[in-house]
Amino acid sequence: METKTIAEVLREHPFVTGLKESYIHKLAEMALEVQFAKDQLIFRQGDESGLFYLVLSGKVALEATAPGRISRIQTVGETDALGWSVMLGPGGKTFQARALEPVRALAFDGARLRQLCEQDPGFGFQFTRKLLHVVSERLQAARMQLLDIYAPRTGGKLV
Amino acid sequence: MTAAVVSAPVLPPAMTAARVASVMKETHDTFTLCLEPAESEPLPAFAPGQFSMLYVFGVGELPISISGDPHEPGRLVHTVRSVGKATNALVNLKPGAWVGVRGPFGTSWPLEAARGRDVLIVAGGIGLAPLRSAIHEVLRHRDDYVRLMVLYGARSPKDLLYRRQLADWGRLADTQVLTTVDYGGVNWRGYVGVVTTLFRYVRLHPAGTTVMICGPEIMMRYVIREVEKRGIPPEQIYLSMERNMKCAVGFCGHCQMGPYFVCKDGPIFAYERLRPWLEKYEL
Amino acid sequence: MQTTLPDGASCAAATRDAVAALFPILQGQGYQIVGPTLRDGAITCDVLEKFAELPAGWTDEQSPGRYRLKKRDDSAMFGYNVGPQGWKRYLHPPELKMFEGTRDGESFCILKSPPPPVKRAFFGVRPCELVAIERQDRIFLSDRYLDPGYRANRQNALIIAVNCTQSAGTCFCTAMHTGPEAHSGFDLCLTELAARGVFLIESGSQTGAELLAQIDHRAPTPEEMAAADEAIDHAARNIERTLNTEGLRDLLFESFEHPRWDHVAARCLSCANCTLVCPTCFCTTVEDVTDVTGNHAERWRKWDSCFTDSFSYIHGGSVRLSVKSRYRQWLTHKLAAWVDQFGTSGCVGCGRCITWCPGRIDITEEVAALRGAEPVRSGS
Repeated sequence: METKTIAEVLREHPFVTGLKESYIHKLAEMALEVQFAKDQLIFRQGDESGLFYLVLSGKVALEATAPGRISRIQTVGETDALGWSVMLGPGGKTFQARALEPVRALAFDGARLRQLCEQDPGFGFQFTRKLLHVVSERLQAARMQLLDIYAPRTGGKLV
Repeated sequence: MTAAVVSAPVLPPAMTAARVASVMKETHDTFTLCLEPAESEPLPAFAPGQFSMLYVFGVGELPISISGDPHEPGRLVHTVRSVGKATNALVNLKPGAWVGVRGPFGTSWPLEAARGRDVLIVAGGIGLAPLRSAIHEVLRHRDDYVRLMVLYGARSPKDLLYRRQLADWGRLADTQVLTTVDYGGVNWRGYVGVVTTLFRYVRLHPAGTTVMICGPEIMMRYVIREVEKRGIPPEQIYLSMERNMKCAVGFCGHCQMGPYFVCKDGPIFAYERLRPWLEKYEL
Repeated sequence: MQTTLPDGASCAAATRDAVAALFPILQGQGYQIVGPTLRDGAITCDVLEKFAELPAGWTDEQSPGRYRLKKRDDSAMFGYNVGPQGWKRYLHPPELKMFEGTRDGESFCILKSPPPPVKRAFFGVRPCELVAIERQDRIFLSDRYLDPGYRANRQNALIIAVNCTQSAGTCFCTAMHTGPEAHSGFDLCLTELAARGVFLIESGSQTGAELLAQIDHRAPTPEEMAAADEAIDHAARNIERTLNTEGLRDLLFESFEHPRWDHVAARCLSCANCTLVCPTCFCTTVEDVTDVTGNHAERWRKWDSCFTDSFSYIHGGSVRLSVKSRYRQWLTHKLAAWVDQFGTSGCVGCGRCITWCPGRIDITEEVAALRGAEPVRSGS
């Protein structure tokens, strides 16, 4: 069985599309391939381990916990990025992430990523721009979820 | 009494008598009615995407998309969501009850134009109903089409339609079915998020794909944006519009949208045609 | 503007008494005669028993939001223009029972209902109104579906048109190319020369020719022909308003966000008067009613208006909730969308919507404003 190098796997992930080869190389150097079993928590609410993930396969649910219940907010899967908040600085995760099925991902240490961005502003800008893209899509999707477009409207006003 | 639904001359086209053969509960507010002829006159044939005007005695007529298989002779299947007095009356009919049927009306999904291409079906909520007829047609002539991809979003797991069929379709060769909900509980192990988020999980060949979209108008607009972003040209994007309809024949004036009568010029439109009108608020 | 009646060979002249004789002739043939008469302070269409019920010696004064009757100093039978209601209510009735049905357990039966259509003679149809009828023919008789009730009414309508020899303040038929002279679509067409007590009559069909043959008539003199031309010309010259239709369809579709819509919305009461008096407006709604047992149902079709807030209702709300969007819909449909739908403008320039608007909104002024031009007004 042919095993790919981390760099090859990374290159196939849509997140790095358009990044310079040297930047992809820098990311590959700090990447760690990780796996999670079905129902395993990838990180908890408040988790300070500061990891950023690029999901390679499998479905991950973002959840919020409250007394007596867990609410599922969104799922992410292959081609997605997870844990982008580590780029804003140290601090715990807002939500928890659970693997809904076996998940493979590349994990990156947030502190190292931030350091790299400081040291190499060119990389910093490109990487941050990619993150902005992720955040923007996430925000759009969240807003559309809020619209609750399928809900039956009774006696409403405007369409 | 010898019952007969006679063609009433002031009601073009004539109304056919149908009988409810079965009522199947799909979700808490959505039911699928299967109609068969009530008398000797057969029920009309239809093309996927068209709708019937269903008459409930004394209550009124409703435009309902046909959601069944166009090749099943003699039956008309409609999936109805109960949102008001008239739809409520319709879904509460029991097997054996009579329903008046006029139609079918309107334009249909571009199944001819999609031959030899990938078919991408994007449905939201009850929008899957008129698309199911298109899926039936594609599966019946499977060799005429390349890949079939179905992206379906609903509010929550209990609002999903046709779950068994979705699962069956997903197991077919060259067929990808992805389902998502806006609000998922812990027992839901599928995707959670709006239907546009499913696009990243399909690999599209934009030049060779025909897209058919049906759902709330907001959803359709965002899906179109997503689909255009991926390079599918406007003339290969089709959507099903909905407006107030009283007559279905272009006489009552209610269903107008810009220059179009949704009952006659639609409900299926090529996006190319609708583009100037879709974003106009209060058109 | 030059107007010419056809040559003397196909035109006849008759006295008022001869024209009046048409009444018993038509009634004898089973026609119910409908024509203009004085009612409720206006000249409006109604069923007529006698020729004398025509409003001889009356005229109308019309301006935005204003309609007054005025006595003439002659006794012209047709010395006025159009009133609030025309012929539409006889071809496309305000209320129509579409069917009745009875239910027996699970099944029901629709009774073959509609009453046999009434033969009607429309007496005094103005040229703009003839075009309006043509516009509605295009909607109900030409496309994939036919309105059988409209067709029956239409086939049973005999049309006696009247050329206009004066114009009202709100008329703009010349801008819309619909008058003041009728060219086709009638069985007979009259031009009244009131001062001489003479009518010129042109027949436009076999039925018309047969009818004409039954009354006293003679060939018109060249002088009478010239006088008729002049009278029609006089009507055209006195038209005060105009509406520039060039490129109007595109202009209106491009003006969706024009600030003028807010301006008119501030004045529009959404009262629907314009749609009620307009001879081409055709929107209807349906009402299903039952008796207390629920076993007897009727379905009625009634006139509706795009100005009502529920007109565009789909579950959860109305697409056009603001008055602005509804006025914009009406005007854009009438002058732009109609072109896409039916190949012509929907407006015939009769001016009723201007006269009967309590907000004094003037469609010609609105179009001018949307063009960014000053409205053109001439004459008094």
